[in-house]
Amino acid sequence: MLTERSIDHVVLERGEVANSWRRERWDSLRLLTPNWQTGLPGLRYDGPDPDGYLTAIELAGFLDRYAAFSGAPVRTGTTVTSVRRTGDGYRVATDRGELDCRAVVIASGACNRPSLPPFAAAVPPEIVQVTTFDYRRPDDLPDGGVLVVGASATGVQLAAELRRSGRPVTLSVGEHVRLPRTYRGRDVLWWMDASGVWDQRHDEIDDLERARRLPSPQLVGTPERATLDLGTLAAMDVELVGRWAAVRDGRALFSGGLRNVVALADLKLDRLLGTFDDWARSSGQESATPPQRPAPTAVPPSPRLRLDLCGGEIRSIVWATGYRPDYSWLDVPVVDPKGRLRHTAGVVDGPGLYALGLPVLRRRRSSYIHGIEDDARAVVAHLAGHLAAAA
Amino acid sequence: MTAIDNGVNVQALLDARDVLKGTPEAAQFTWRASSTWQNGVHSTTRIQNFYGLGAEQNHKSETVFEADHPEVFAAQDNGITPIEYLLVGLASCLTAGVASVAQNRGIQLRSVEATVEGNHDIRGILGADSDVRNGYNDIRVAFRIDADASQEEIEALVAQSQKRSAVFDALTNPTDVSVSVS
Repeated sequence: MLTERSIDHVVLERGEVANSWRRERWDSLRLLTPNWQTGLPGLRYDGPDPDGYLTAIELAGFLDRYAAFSGAPVRTGTTVTSVRRTGDGYRVATDRGELDCRAVVIASGACNRPSLPPFAAAVPPEIVQVTTFDYRRPDDLPDGGVLVVGASATGVQLAAELRRSGRPVTLSVGEHVRLPRTYRGRDVLWWMDASGVWDQRHDEIDDLERARRLPSPQLVGTPERATLDLGTLAAMDVELVGRWAAVRDGRALFSGGLRNVVALADLKLDRLLGTFDDWARSSGQESATPPQRPAPTAVPPSPRLRLDLCGGEIRSIVWATGYRPDYSWLDVPVVDPKGRLRHTAGVVDGPGLYALGLPVLRRRRSSYIHGIEDDARAVVAHLAGHLAAAA
Repeated sequence: MTAIDNGVNVQALLDARDVLKGTPEAAQFTWRASSTWQNGVHSTTRIQNFYGLGAEQNHKSETVFEADHPEVFAAQDNGITPIEYLLVGLASCLTAGVASVAQNRGIQLRSVEATVEGNHDIRGILGADSDVRNGYNDIRVAFRIDADASQEEIEALVAQSQKRSAVFDALTNPTDVSVSVS
């Protein structure tokens, strides 16, 4: 898009193209979006399995193809160490020299560092702790019980694969988003797309800050298109406990509010499916299968509130507690006290500074790969206007 | 929205939320209670002032709470037991939440009744069995709500009320408590 407008540009990449997909994720990871949704401007998935889900390595291959297809001037192996304001633009320092530019698009993403609660430091040292940055496969962990913390897509996927490896698994569950993999015969993300839920704009969302920090929905991309929610995990003998609140006297203490976070997720799912049904009715969408509602999630009658971390029951902890962005290199005051970039629909609070590839950047769709096209178009249009005005 | 009135000034709360987002120091409140031993296990606790919005604040009047134990505990029963006060706090907090959320969602309430039961194995406090905890084993709250809303909307009110409840959080999550002697 910058090339179309004859705007000189370079793309700086600290590692290689699709670096975090290659190096910072676990082996079994697949996209949550079906292949037919996977596309970047001018290049869509064109493989044999439109209803499947790309693995992380397949996605890295797709991004390689895109880099070649788009002819983007990517400088790999170039780590940005600082971005500073200069007279009419920015000075970008890298480990391979400095660049001066009039505009910067920050596309470093929201998932640069794992986010851990402070009490992680109080976990006894004999317990192996890994984050979703280091975890690759069950064999990396010692035999014995695993405590998985967090019930986003990541948490439920890792809990399931660790349980299948034969390990006893306890899953600590806070607020989460429950979704069935398919609804009325279609991928649930087809419904999100078609019904207009993903079109919802940032300024139409009631609580934008909440929408931006919502955990990823409980989904997994498998050939069977299987649903993976708390009910699935409970049926696999994964023990569900409440949100991990503290470590005291060598014990993990869990919230007694599990029932309510489960009720909130069930109620929210019912409302979402109701939105789909309303849309299907009003748009004359034919569907062979009638509206249905998944059964409420069964909560264990008395979830454990305490777990002895010294007794040997738990040998490892997987922190699936989300990510934080890393803007330590950004020497421009556009980061809020919580470490998030201040921006409106990708236009950052600093002239000539832009953001792309953040959750709900412009619309709900922005959180997904195929959401980048409209976002990039809007941001590049603004950027071109900024350059023209400054010229 | 304008037609419904549960008596909650939601606009004031929403305005306060916006203001306090930018001034977190004003959002720091300290609640206080002062207790005096009477006799036996009977004590009297008074509450009048608190700190918040950057200044000392006062309730319109002082409230006095008598706490004792019942006669089956060989006590005088001058008031409810301390652990029953937790039920008072939980019921009133969740009920306030239901009213506020309903107001915010434009739902007219006609009646809200809650029954709260806490199961308590007193062998813990008596030291009769070291495996039994001192506090409640579990607490059950049952709401009966009559409102201009569907069953799902009423369930969502109650769920959101728990999500934003100070006392629900205080009971379901650990709190650092320090006790000193002067």
